Amino acid sequence: MNFLKKYLDRIRPNFEEGGKLHAFHSVFDGFDTFLFTPSTTSGSRGTHIHDSIDSKRTMIIVVAALMPCFFFGMYNTGYQHQLALGLDEFPFWQMMLYGFLAVLPRVVVAYIVGLGIEFIVAQWRKEEIQEGFLVTGILIPMILPIETPLWMIAVATAFSVIFVKEVFGGTGYNVLNVALVTRAFLFFAYPAQMSGDKVFVATGKALGYGQPVADGFTCATPLGQIATQTSDQLTLTGIDGNVITTWDAFGGLIPGSFGETSMICILLGAAILLLSRIADWRVMFSVFAGGLLMGWIANLCATPTYPASYLTPLDQILFGGFAFAAVFMATDPVTAARTRTGKYIYGALIGVIAVLIRTYNNGYPEGAMLAVLLMNCFAPLIDWCVVQANINRRMRRSNVTSKNA
Amino acid sequence: MADKVSNKSVLFNPFSKNNPVIVQVLGICSVLAVTAKLEPSIVMGLSVIAVLAFSNVIISLLRNTIPTNIRIIVQLVVVAGLVVIVSQLLQAYAYDVSKQLSVFIGLIITNCILMGRLEAFAMANRPWPSFLDGIGNGVGYAIILVIVGFFRELLGSGTLLSYQVVPQAFYEAGYVNNGLMILPPMALIVVACIIWVHRSHNKELQED
Repeated sequence: MNFLKKYLDRIRPNFEEGGKLHAFHSVFDGFDTFLFTPSTTSGSRGTHIHDSIDSKRTMIIVVAALMPCFFFGMYNTGYQHQLALGLDEFPFWQMMLYGFLAVLPRVVVAYIVGLGIEFIVAQWRKEEIQEGFLVTGILIPMILPIETPLWMIAVATAFSVIFVKEVFGGTGYNVLNVALVTRAFLFFAYPAQMSGDKVFVATGKALGYGQPVADGFTCATPLGQIATQTSDQLTLTGIDGNVITTWDAFGGLIPGSFGETSMICILLGAAILLLSRIADWRVMFSVFAGGLLMGWIANLCATPTYPASYLTPLDQILFGGFAFAAVFMATDPVTAARTRTGKYIYGALIGVIAVLIRTYNNGYPEGAMLAVLLMNCFAPLIDWCVVQANINRRMRRSNVTSKNA
Repeated sequence: MADKVSNKSVLFNPFSKNNPVIVQVLGICSVLAVTAKLEPSIVMGLSVIAVLAFSNVIISLLRNTIPTNIRIIVQLVVVAGLVVIVSQLLQAYAYDVSKQLSVFIGLIITNCILMGRLEAFAMANRPWPSFLDGIGNGVGYAIILVIVGFFRELLGSGTLLSYQVVPQAFYEAGYVNNGLMILPPMALIVVACIIWVHRSHNKELQED
């Protein structure tokens, strides 16, 4: 590492004021501070440092927390592929390799497009490069079906980075969650490619590896299957025709978006986020509480018109992207509510609305994405009300004391 | 009448510097509603030009006889009469387009641009400048409508005026029309992009 540091220090003058590569100084600065601690320190006056956590470290911890889901997604992609082929053998490394090769182009495309736009905008505005896209770039492939075409990912990523993040002022100023807007854009712009019974299982070759699956094969996600059923006995089947149980949804070997299927891995990620105090437990807790409550209410008055209402409250939070959204999306510190009371309200409403949408609108089998985006819009209002209520309460108290005195 | 503003600027200002849609941000709802295809956008633009120009002239002729208390009602009656004529003409000669535009031709009555121009200009100016003002603002509105309709039809349906523009080879290579472009939210974003480009060319319009 030492020679890299020396090399960076040697080329540094090129990027400083008056150097010939000055135009690219923010790119250089971004790489330099990403690899090493900056050489400048804050002065003895005027700055207040709380702790050693800066936004780069925060982002890296979130990426680390996503890793269990990511590796499991690779395994599950390979597993579903083997199932679709009708094979009985499941060699571990073969499945991991297939999953890795299937997801790699998607990660690369998301990062190149997103970081490219961020770099260009930072150069243009003569600002430092913000590291906000580190997490978004890995989240985007994880919340998409594995068969999403690459150019669609590129278009959607560009759209959401420009219109959700950069026009509002860059990292830390976005109103909506960037990764979720990418998914929402794809969901509304290319509905045929984003839902249905083919996209959630990789069927082709992944970068030349694996075998293409024969035609005539279909498998929807559990929630997608529920939306089309009419009886009060829900039958959910995997690709091999076996019934999907609650335990399967907990373990995660079911069709679904790349990173969202396994509850175990999501809980691992949640543990990392909570122990490092990156995410707030109030939001996570209240999303699950809201989802369970609404799931319970829906289950009490279950009707065949809305087949998803036959799911037990536990199934509601295990199937689909609910848990992933609760742990990794709702807790995004930029777009969530910031006050303590506000966090409870914000989280609970996400849980309630997510289950409400997926139960009572058969057109949208998955409501977690829409619920989080909707509450992102309301988070500032919730905060304002909480702050205002606090001010009013204190005003009343001060009036009382002044009267007594 | 102090005619400080020249007729030329009355006609041309609303094209860009004082555009009713992207600078004054009026008439947005019809921009969102009718621009999914290019053809209805053009027809809607022409209808608004016609209604706006003639209602401006009529109100300008009547401006000294209209009692102040009931001027809004008089303006509404004039606009409504013209809108009915346009609507009947469209049903007679362009039935398909008039069906696509459905209620939005009728809703020209409630278009803020019309009321704004009648109140702000026609009530205080002579017929000829009022006519030019109506044409100018109508064209300013129509330009935006056509630009939005162009992009929405091109990206959303792959056609322009119902002719296939995106080659079939693209679709075979995996290209898919963007369904979001057909939905109204995307019209808002296209308008926002036009405003973005426009303001970066006209720095004096930028607000802090």
